[in-house]
Amino acid sequence: MRGNNIMGIIFANLHEDLISELTDVRITGAVPFGGKYRMIDFPLSNMVNSGINKVGVLTKSNYQSIMDHVGTGKAWDLSRKQGGLFILPPFTNTNEYSNRLTTLNSIMPFLKHSTEEYVVITDCDTVCNIDFQDVCSKHLENNADITVVYKRDQIPEKLHDPTVFSFDAKGQVIDVAINSDITGSCSFYMNIMFIKRELLIELVNKCISKNTLNFKRDIIQGEYKNLSIYGYEFNGFSPILTSMSDYFQANMALMKADVRADLFKSARPIYTKVRDDMPTKYGLGSKVTNSLIANGCTIEGEVENCVLFKGVHIGKNTKVSNCVIMQDTVIGADSSLSYVIVDKDVKVKDERTLMGFSSYPVYISKGSVV
Amino acid sequence: MYPKQEVVAMLLAGGQGSRLGVLTQKLAKPAVPYGGKYRIIDFPLSNCVNSGIEAVGVLTQYQPLVLNEYIGSGQPWDLDSMNSGVRVLSPYQQVKGADWYSGTANAIYQNITYIDRYSPDYVVILSGDHIYKMDYSKMIAAHKENKADCTIAVIDVPLAEASRFGIMNTNPDGSIYEFEEKPAKPKSTNASMGIYVFSWDKLRKYLIEDEETEGSSHDFGKDVLPKMLADGQRMFAYQFQGYWKDVGTIDSLWESNMDLLDPNVPLDLTDESWKIYSKNPVVPPQYIAEGAEVQNSLIADGCSISGAVDFSVLFSNVVVKPGAVVQDSIIMPGSVIEEGAVVQYAIVSENTIIGKNAVIGARPETIVDKDQWGIAVIGDNLKIGAGAKIAPKAMISKDVEGVEE
Repeated sequence: MRGNNIMGIIFANLHEDLISELTDVRITGAVPFGGKYRMIDFPLSNMVNSGINKVGVLTKSNYQSIMDHVGTGKAWDLSRKQGGLFILPPFTNTNEYSNRLTTLNSIMPFLKHSTEEYVVITDCDTVCNIDFQDVCSKHLENNADITVVYKRDQIPEKLHDPTVFSFDAKGQVIDVAINSDITGSCSFYMNIMFIKRELLIELVNKCISKNTLNFKRDIIQGEYKNLSIYGYEFNGFSPILTSMSDYFQANMALMKADVRADLFKSARPIYTKVRDDMPTKYGLGSKVTNSLIANGCTIEGEVENCVLFKGVHIGKNTKVSNCVIMQDTVIGADSSLSYVIVDKDVKVKDERTLMGFSSYPVYISKGSVV
Repeated sequence: MYPKQEVVAMLLAGGQGSRLGVLTQKLAKPAVPYGGKYRIIDFPLSNCVNSGIEAVGVLTQYQPLVLNEYIGSGQPWDLDSMNSGVRVLSPYQQVKGADWYSGTANAIYQNITYIDRYSPDYVVILSGDHIYKMDYSKMIAAHKENKADCTIAVIDVPLAEASRFGIMNTNPDGSIYEFEEKPAKPKSTNASMGIYVFSWDKLRKYLIEDEETEGSSHDFGKDVLPKMLADGQRMFAYQFQGYWKDVGTIDSLWESNMDLLDPNVPLDLTDESWKIYSKNPVVPPQYIAEGAEVQNSLIADGCSISGAVDFSVLFSNVVVKPGAVVQDSIIMPGSVIEEGAVVQYAIVSENTIIGKNAVIGARPETIVDKDQWGIAVIGDNLKIGAGAKIAPKAMISKDVEGVEE
């Protein structure tokens, strides 16, 4: 049986500033990740795998790359007569989309005309495979008004407005600290919320009328005493991309078997736009170890601890190690690359040497010629 | 009312392909996996789309489930247009009774209604058992230029092999004056590729006549084409140059897969201008582990490789465990090669498990009696027990027990 009583809302452009190199030519949701994916593939697939078949994608500006990627939503089975994918750019000016609350306010007609009872709201900066059905079950079990998804970990240094929760024994939120100086492991918000659609409309209207426009401060922090807000702990693989170093580490984490098993579950696959590449060709004298490689590559050199996206070419006698190389990039012969993030369509000519460091990978921007 | 289509393609996909043994036990030959991610039918379907043909009828009969499911709406090949696209045409019941497709010509005859809907000028007849990239629009252009009634694609084959094919003997202008089916002493080396372009009004007339002819086997090669030639219709050969391989036997299927690994073979599947489309499984990228050795191979997404892979083609979701060796072999989707197993010169079908230290096939240089050597074939969804030995040339369709060590 397909379909349930839940709809999805995805903020596709928030937190762009944290990985500004990668978002120079695209929005957060369109950032390539893990050899064949874009960041929006994770929330979209999670929603579809949870039986959600109506998803609104909010894009403030520069939405070409995301529209090109998601198209009609066919690859996620979201090209449908009932429900399906809705791309919701601002109607007139981008000021309406200046923050979470005003953005939600500007899609009020979409929210009001929907008939689903619940809404899942999420961002695009976290790589994870989460079952929203389970969040929903817990939400109903707790008889909650709002369920916030959190993880227990150290807060990433650059995370915007980190929101830390305290719970009572039943898991109900009894305190909310935003931007506090908590150190060490704590329960912080993953920007994933489960809420009744009508309650969301009511809260957004209330905030707009009072001109209190901070989603976390005015809805979560402002209402936890009046409403029953429960936490849902997610303890799977879930890196948040708050810096280029995070981005690099999250890609490298895919070399671990348990991470891949957690992220790429065969029963809950991550869907992405299809490109008809042939399988990857490993040439005579190629040497590949501990690497994640997508279809369509041609490898004639040596590859170690790398993520190679679709259609990458590694030339003869070239060694790439600890690199993330995005689609259709060509690395010539007799070159050496180490700790480099190479964006799409880059040409690295023969006999080039590029070196970064594990905590500071070098970045080569889209379409460059080295 | 359907919009007119200048060309309709009809793809004969009903054959059993019995020479492929266990590989076609549960599916029709055109659905046999090829090249790490394709099925054979992807080639004619992609050729159609790349040649600008928008209406394709696929005639199915033998074990159609996998093929029907694979073709689906035709979306992977862009063949899901509103008024045209791909249609699966299976045999059906009529007022006068029910008939299987009794021959290639009869299969087209039974679907005259489908073709007529598009009022085409030309009909292209294709088969689903060859690997090749061909622009049918050039062949159709030649057909028009020659004002032909029928054009048959031919490929130059070595004289020594010509007696295995249907040979077209032509005049200098390319017109055909004689067919020879598998001649003992071939006069020329123009082998028919089983690809025909007909002017539809002519073909339609001949199909109806053939249907009424007593004793006809309703076959293009045996009945319709000889009759047209005898009647003096304009029949031309169209010379094709490029890679073309029949993959109807275990050996040729294996060879054609291996051809993808040879940079000197003119079959380039990376060519952006002539893509071969297929249904793509939803799987993560492939992972090559530390200690793996992969060379001269084609590996698809979803694979996890920890052993040694050389001169092989691995389809999606294949697992090669540490210490396992895969050489000169084809491993189809979802199969697992356990620790220490050695697979050489073999084809392993889908979702089969090759147990620890099992030995499948052998290198030809290790076999004294060459008649005993050949490609070993393991069927789908089987378990080959730990330590079991499968001889070269074997064809396995049942589970094989392990051997105590």
